[in-house]
Amino acid sequence: MEIGSRVLGDEIDELEPVPGRLRMMLRATVHCRHRLAPGLNPPEKLGNRRAMPHVGAVMTISSEAERLSMGRSWYPTILAFAVALLLAGGGNAGPDRLTIGMTQYPSTLNPNIDSMAAKSYVLGFTHRPFTQFDADWSLRCYLCTELPSLEAGTAEIVERDDGTQGVRTTYTIDPQARWGDGTPVTTDDVAFTLEVGKHPDTGVSNAEMYRRIVDLEIVDDKTFIFEDEKLGFQYDAINDFRLLPAHLERPVFEADPKTYRNRTLFDTDPTNPGLALGPYRIASLDSGGFIALERNPEWWGEPPAFDEIVIRTIENTAALEANLLSGEIDMVEGSLGLSLDQAIAFDARHGDRFQVFYKPGLIYEHIDFNLDNPILADLRVRQALIQGIDREALSQQLFGGRQAVAQTFVNPLDWVYTPDVLTYHEDLDEAGALLDAAGWTEWRDGIRHNAAGEALRLTLMTTAGNRSRELVQQVLQSMWQRIGVDVRIQNEPARVFFGETMRQRRFPALAMYAWISSPENVPRTTLHSQEIPSADNSWTGQNTPGFRNARMDELIDEIEITLDRDERAPLWHELQRIYATELPVLPLYYRADPHIWPLWLEGVEPTGHLAPASLGVESWRVRDDG
Amino acid sequence: MAGYFVRRLVETLLLLLVMSFLIYGLIGLMPGDPIDLMVSADPNLTAADALRLKALQGLDVPLPERYWRWLSATLSGDLGYSRLYARPVLEVLGPRLLNTLLLMGTSLILALVIAVPAGIVAALDPRGPVDNTINLLAFAGFSMPSFWLGLLLIILFSVQLGWLPAGGSASIGESGLLDRLRYLILPVLTLTLLTAGTFIRFVRAAMLEALREDFIRTARVKGLSTTAVVIRHALPHTALAMITITALHVGSLFSGALVVETIFAYLGMGKLIYDAILGNDYNLALVALLLATLVTLVANLVADLAYGWLDPRIDYGG
Repeated sequence: MEIGSRVLGDEIDELEPVPGRLRMMLRATVHCRHRLAPGLNPPEKLGNRRAMPHVGAVMTISSEAERLSMGRSWYPTILAFAVALLLAGGGNAGPDRLTIGMTQYPSTLNPNIDSMAAKSYVLGFTHRPFTQFDADWSLRCYLCTELPSLEAGTAEIVERDDGTQGVRTTYTIDPQARWGDGTPVTTDDVAFTLEVGKHPDTGVSNAEMYRRIVDLEIVDDKTFIFEDEKLGFQYDAINDFRLLPAHLERPVFEADPKTYRNRTLFDTDPTNPGLALGPYRIASLDSGGFIALERNPEWWGEPPAFDEIVIRTIENTAALEANLLSGEIDMVEGSLGLSLDQAIAFDARHGDRFQVFYKPGLIYEHIDFNLDNPILADLRVRQALIQGIDREALSQQLFGGRQAVAQTFVNPLDWVYTPDVLTYHEDLDEAGALLDAAGWTEWRDGIRHNAAGEALRLTLMTTAGNRSRELVQQVLQSMWQRIGVDVRIQNEPARVFFGETMRQRRFPALAMYAWISSPENVPRTTLHSQEIPSADNSWTGQNTPGFRNARMDELIDEIEITLDRDERAPLWHELQRIYATELPVLPLYYRADPHIWPLWLEGVEPTGHLAPASLGVESWRVRDDG
Repeated sequence: MAGYFVRRLVETLLLLLVMSFLIYGLIGLMPGDPIDLMVSADPNLTAADALRLKALQGLDVPLPERYWRWLSATLSGDLGYSRLYARPVLEVLGPRLLNTLLLMGTSLILALVIAVPAGIVAALDPRGPVDNTINLLAFAGFSMPSFWLGLLLIILFSVQLGWLPAGGSASIGESGLLDRLRYLILPVLTLTLLTAGTFIRFVRAAMLEALREDFIRTARVKGLSTTAVVIRHALPHTALAMITITALHVGSLFSGALVVETIFAYLGMGKLIYDAILGNDYNLALVALLLATLVTLVANLVADLAYGWLDPRIDYGG
C-alpha cells in the first residue's frame, strides 16, 4: 500500500465502524474512487496529507457495503475482495511525494559524462554545480561562498607566455558542504575532478572547459585557485565543473581510467548516499523507468518540502498526458514533456485542474540557409524568403501566440538584446520585387524561373517525427508558394539529420531546427568563420550556414574579452544588427516550454535556459490553501 | 529424431553467427555514430576530442575489425557494456527479458484461451449469426491500431474509472505479485485483444477444413456427438495449424510489443531493442536481437518436434 491508500484508510476508521474484513476492501475502493473523482476540486489537505472529498468517500462506502451485505454467498465477497486488492494501491500518494513525468531517461548519472537534459534535471535534485545561472538569469554560487571578482581581488588577470591574457580565479567551497555520507567536500574533490576531466581516456563531455584550466592551486581544504588560459567576460563561471566525490570515485578511476565511464559508481551503485551533493539522494531506480529520490539528511541548505520525489519516464506524450489525468504523475517537466500544441490543447481541456505555465526561453527555432547554394548566396533571395512568410500569424495559429517571433538569435529576455535592428514582416509585394531584382522573374506553373530557365526550387529539411516542426514546414511551404518559391520537404530522423546532414553541411538549401544556449552566449561556434564544419576540421564547428563576415568575426573576438558590461553592450548591438541585415539564418521564434503542475504546487521556477528548474527544488512546496 | 535434433541445433548456431554479422553490419552502416551526434550537439568539442572519443569507444577501426573484436569477446563470455545504460549488457537485458516474457507469455496464453473455443464455435456454424458475430469481433481485434486501443483502455480504466495504473511495471518500492499484476492488466488486455482476433481466424479456418475431412464424416456416421467429434477428432487436426501460428508468433514477442510497451511505459525488450538500435548501442542491440532470433528458432524447433508428437505420420528423415 502506498501513502495515499494509508491516509484514506485512516479516514475510514474515523467515519464509521465496518467489519474488519470489509475494511481493507473499502479502503481500496475509496482509494480508487478518489483517483477517479475527476475531482474537479483540488484535493483537500489534512495536516500534511491530502485527502479526497469526504462526501464522495461516504457515498462510496455506504453503497459498496450495502451491496456486499446483500450477498448471500461468500463467493462474490471473496471475488470482490480479490479484485479490490488487485485494484488497490499505486498512483499518486500525496504531497509527501511528488511524481514528475518526463519523456527521457538519463543514459548516465555521472555529472561529467554525456550531457543530456534528463540527466541535468535529475542532477538538479541530487547535485550542485559550483556556479550556474539561476531563474533570474544571474550567475550565482551554489557550492561556493562567492563569485570571484576582479574588483574584490578574488580574480586576477595574468599575462601568458604567448602574449595572451589568462585569469586566476579563487573559489571557496561552502564550509557546510558535505557529501550524502557526511564526508566534507574539500579541495581534494576539486583536484580529483580536474584529474578525471583532463585525462584523455575518460571521455568527459565538457573537455574544452577542463582543457582551459591550465593550473590548480590548492590554498587549503576549502579554497582553491583555477588558472584559465583565456580571459573572458564570464571568467567567474565554472558551470560545467561538476564535482566528483574523490573518497568514492578515486579507486574506481585509478583502477582503469579508460573504463571509468563504465564503472563509475554513479551508474554501478547509484543509491550510494556518498554520491549525493544536493537536497535529495537516489533511493531506488529502474533503468529506463523511474528514479525515486529521498531527502538527503546531510543536505546543508534549506530543507525541501517533499519527502520523496519520483521521476518517471513515459516517452509517449499521449500516454504522459493520460498518466497526468489519471493521477499517476503530478506534474510534467517543460522541456521534456508535452509539445507546445499538445499543452495548449491540454490547457483548454483541463486548465481547471492543472496549472499550465509557458516559460519563454533561450531555445531559438530558426532555419539555416546554406550560403553555398547559389540561390541563397544572394541576400535579396534571403530577404524575400523572410518577407514572404507571416511569422506572427504562424505563431498565433499554431502556438496560440505563446512563442515570440524572433528577429535575431538574441532573446529579448537577455540583457544584451537590442530592438534596434532591421526587422522583417510579411510583405509579399516587397518579397516579389526582391525576387524580380534577383533575376527570378519568369512565372511558369506558379513557380518563378530565372533567365537560364532554372526553377526557384528549394529543399526544406528538418527532423522527421517532430510534429510541431512538420506543421510549421507545411505552413511555410504554402506561404512561400504565394511568392513563386517551390519548397520541397525532405525530412530525416534526428540521428541522421544532426549526425550526418547538418554536421557535414549536406543540406541543399534550408534546414529547420533549434539552438538552446545560456544567457549572453557568444555565438562563436555558430557565426565565426573559423567554425564552418569541413573535412579539414573533422566536421567540428556549428556555423552550418557557412557564414563569413570579417566584422562579425572581430566582434565575436572582442566581446569575449571585453569585461566591462557597458563596453560590451554596443558590441552586442552591432553584432545583432549585422545578423539581422545579413540574414545568415532565417529567425522563426523563441520557443516556450509548457510546464504542467498540480494546482496545489507552488514555488517551481523554470529558468528558460540550460539550467534545470530542479536546481531550485528547495522552494517547491504545497500551497497553503492547496 | 536425435539426428534431426542435432542437425537443427547446428543450423541454429550457424544462423545465429550469420545473423550477428548482418545485424552488426546493418547497425554499423546507419548514418551518424554516437560521437558524430555528440559533436553536432556540443559546440566545444574539437576535432581532436572527436577522434579521441571515437578511439575510446572503438569506433575508429573498420567495421569488420570491430565485429571480430565483438565476436571474440562474446565467445569468451564478455558481452560488454551497454553504451546507453552504462551497465553490463546482461544486467540491462535480464529484467527486461523477464518483463517481456511475463507480458507476452500471459497475453499469448489468454489469446489462445479465447481464440480456440471462439474459433471452434464459429466453425460449427459457418456464416451463421454466431460465426458472423465472432468474425466481426475478430476483425475488429486485429484491425485496431495497438496505440489507439492502448490509449483507449488507459482513458477508460485509468483516467475515467481510476481502477488501474496508466503505465509502468510496478509500484515504486513494491515487489509483490499482486502489484505486478495490476500493472500487467492493461498491456496484456491490449495485446490479447489484438492477438486473439488473428488466432480466431486461424482456428476457425483450420477447424472448417478438418470438419470437411473423411474421418470426421466417418465419426459422425458412427453416431458420435458433435462435441465428441470436435474434441476427439477435429481438434488434434486443428492443433497443427495452431502450433505453427503460435511458433511464428513467438518471434514477435520482442518486436511486436514495442508500441504497447511505449504507450504503457512498460520496460520490456521491444522498446529496449528499438532504443539500442537508434542509440547505436551495438552491444545491447546485438545481444537483444540475437536473443530474439534464438527464441524464434527454438520455438520453431519445438513446433517441429510437436508435429511429430501429434501426428506420428510425420517423418524427421533420420
